[in-house]
Amino acid sequence: MNDASPPAVACRKLAKKYPDVLAVDHIDLEVRAGECLAVLGPNGAGKTTTVEMIEGLTEPSAGEIALFGHVWGRSRSDDQAIRELLGVQLQETHFQERLTVLETIELFASFYRRSRPAVELLALVALEQKRDAKVGKLSGGQKQRLALACALVGEPRLLCLDEPTTGLDPQSRRQIWEIVEAFKARGGTILLTTHYMEEAARLADRVAIMDHGHIIALDTPDVLIASLGAEDIVACEVDRVLDDADLRALPTVGEVMNTTTEGRSRIRLSVRDIGQALPALLALTAARGARLDGLVTHRATLEDVFVHHTGRGLRDG
Amino acid sequence: MADTPPARRKSALGTLILARIRMFLREPAVIFWVFAFPAILAVALGTAFRDRPPEPPRVGVPTDLTNGVAALASQRLQTLDSDRVTLERATRQELADKLRKGAIDVIVEDAPDGSIAYHFDPQRAEGRMSRLVVDDVIQRGLGRQDAASVREVTELPKGARYIDFLLPGLIAMNLMGSALWGVGYGMVQERSKKLMRRFATTPLTRTQFLTSYIASRLVFLAVEVAFLVGFGALVFDVTIQGSLPLLFGVALLGVLTFTGFAVLCAARTSSVEVVSGFINALTLPMWLLSGTFFSYERFPEAFHPIIKLLPLTALNDALRAITNEGAGLVAIAPQLATLAGWGLLTFLLGVRLFRWR
Ligand SMILES: Nc1ncnc2c1ncn2[C@@H]1O[C@H](COP(=O)(O)OP(=O)(O)O)[C@@H](O)[C@H]1O
Ligand SMILES: [Mg+2]
Repeated sequence: MNDASPPAVACRKLAKKYPDVLAVDHIDLEVRAGECLAVLGPNGAGKTTTVEMIEGLTEPSAGEIALFGHVWGRSRSDDQAIRELLGVQLQETHFQERLTVLETIELFASFYRRSRPAVELLALVALEQKRDAKVGKLSGGQKQRLALACALVGEPRLLCLDEPTTGLDPQSRRQIWEIVEAFKARGGTILLTTHYMEEAARLADRVAIMDHGHIIALDTPDVLIASLGAEDIVACEVDRVLDDADLRALPTVGEVMNTTTEGRSRIRLSVRDIGQALPALLALTAARGARLDGLVTHRATLEDVFVHHTGRGLRDG
Repeated sequence: MADTPPARRKSALGTLILARIRMFLREPAVIFWVFAFPAILAVALGTAFRDRPPEPPRVGVPTDLTNGVAALASQRLQTLDSDRVTLERATRQELADKLRKGAIDVIVEDAPDGSIAYHFDPQRAEGRMSRLVVDDVIQRGLGRQDAASVREVTELPKGARYIDFLLPGLIAMNLMGSALWGVGYGMVQERSKKLMRRFATTPLTRTQFLTSYIASRLVFLAVEVAFLVGFGALVFDVTIQGSLPLLFGVALLGVLTFTGFAVLCAARTSSVEVVSGFINALTLPMWLLSGTFFSYERFPEAFHPIIKLLPLTALNDALRAITNEGAGLVAIAPQLATLAGWGLLTFLLGVRLFRWR
């Protein structure tokens, strides 16, 4: 795509207010044509509300949304043009259980001006064996793949997926990822929400981290992780109260989180060189006469970026 | 090999209508409610209220009658066929008991003054009837002559049996039920499954969505009405006196009217329980008030104007007039206007309130 073409999605000052919560708080968000943008955030962050406003399902309280230069609600023909370009998988859809897989795909195919042949889609989502099975008889992963086939059937330029793999087993999850990657390889644009950082890391060119209706960070996964100034994360608990200053003084330590309850400290350190930082931490705890519990170290991930910004884990609720 | 031409795009509306027909046919419960249930009702009620030949009078005569006019009368009664009277001989005490319980209709005995005494309950129609029949038999036996010759005409006019009344009512009930459940319940179910939301992100238009429901209903309307009319003709010899196309036309209007109610019921709720409540609250009172199983003429006169405003009453009356009186378009115009009015009102209001996602 050249620079002159409009972005796949451009949201300006987009907000959604529900009676008791500002679900989306005046965000600016752009999805570039051809990229995969993942919105990563915990439950209740406002991901579904954001995506459904972009899909034209939820009326924004404020702001403007344009898809490929067509602004929602400007005219009936703009709206129809957007719908022709859009492939959607909602967080939750129950297709008619008494229709077969093939009938369901062909039904959705009939809605679009251009559509991909059903046989091709069945192969893509690995449901050839199930083409004549009733939708009610499919497993969770198969239903999700059918939902993906229905999202892809209109040859969309933008694919919006709301938590496509939540609740699926690892194998089904990988199958979905492969289908999404195949769509991207054909030049498609993807907007995806997830609360799995592995999913964002694998599929996304850029990740928007969302919490309480705000986008708190947006960049490529590498840049986001690098922004922590750390290669690794060290976490542990000790049965003494340790000083923040002592922890900060340890070699190569960047960010320090140190929460104290009832004489115990929960410690989380971002470190650039674990080979230097870890022995120093052990030496410090030994010198304070503290016992170490549950020592964990791992490479820094997008989850750590989220923790860095919010002080909470993605699944802490 | 020659290139195959590109596959013609299937129409969204046609495909959606076909999908709805398939879903309907794949629901066994629906087949029961739409076809088996009204047929069973017709058979059960049609048989229970079949016009039976009247029971002969049950006459009690005491065993100790020995002479006098009463004894002559009892001899006369004994010579009659059992389909004219059913004769019961017992003691006076036993007969008095039976009369009280309603097991016999009249007792014939001798009065002290030598005349014949009839004991019967004047409150019961059978008692009064039996007294007249028995008296006629006895008086003729004793020589009474008819003063004038009479001719009996016992052919009922066509369309006067209970089943003739019932069948159009069942057709109307069926049309109302399948429109309300098929469209109203179906829409809310699609909303609760978030399928309506999913459709809303596609280029499928609202008009196509609504039309698909109405069109799939109309396909079944034809099948349902043809089934019930055919069933009535074959099993009960019910004949449509008026025009069959007019009957189908009125059925079509009826379905459209109740589709209006269905859209209104389904306009805002996403709970199938709530919409079921609405539909039941609408259908059950109308089944009773609008004269599905018995004529609303039995309700006090003062209620008739209100009852006649109900859409099911209008549909019942129009279908019955065509079936049993051979009524034409003009005769049923008021009913058709009532139906059309309700249909337009509810449909427009329903579409206005409708939540499309
Ligand atoms: N229809 C609604 N009415 C009221 N509040 C809502 C509605 N939908 C979502 N919310 C609230 O908006 C916030 C964001 O929800 P949502 O966008 O579903 O989050 P996520 O998809 O990130 O889990 C939550 O606090 C949720 O309770
Ligand atoms: Mg969500």
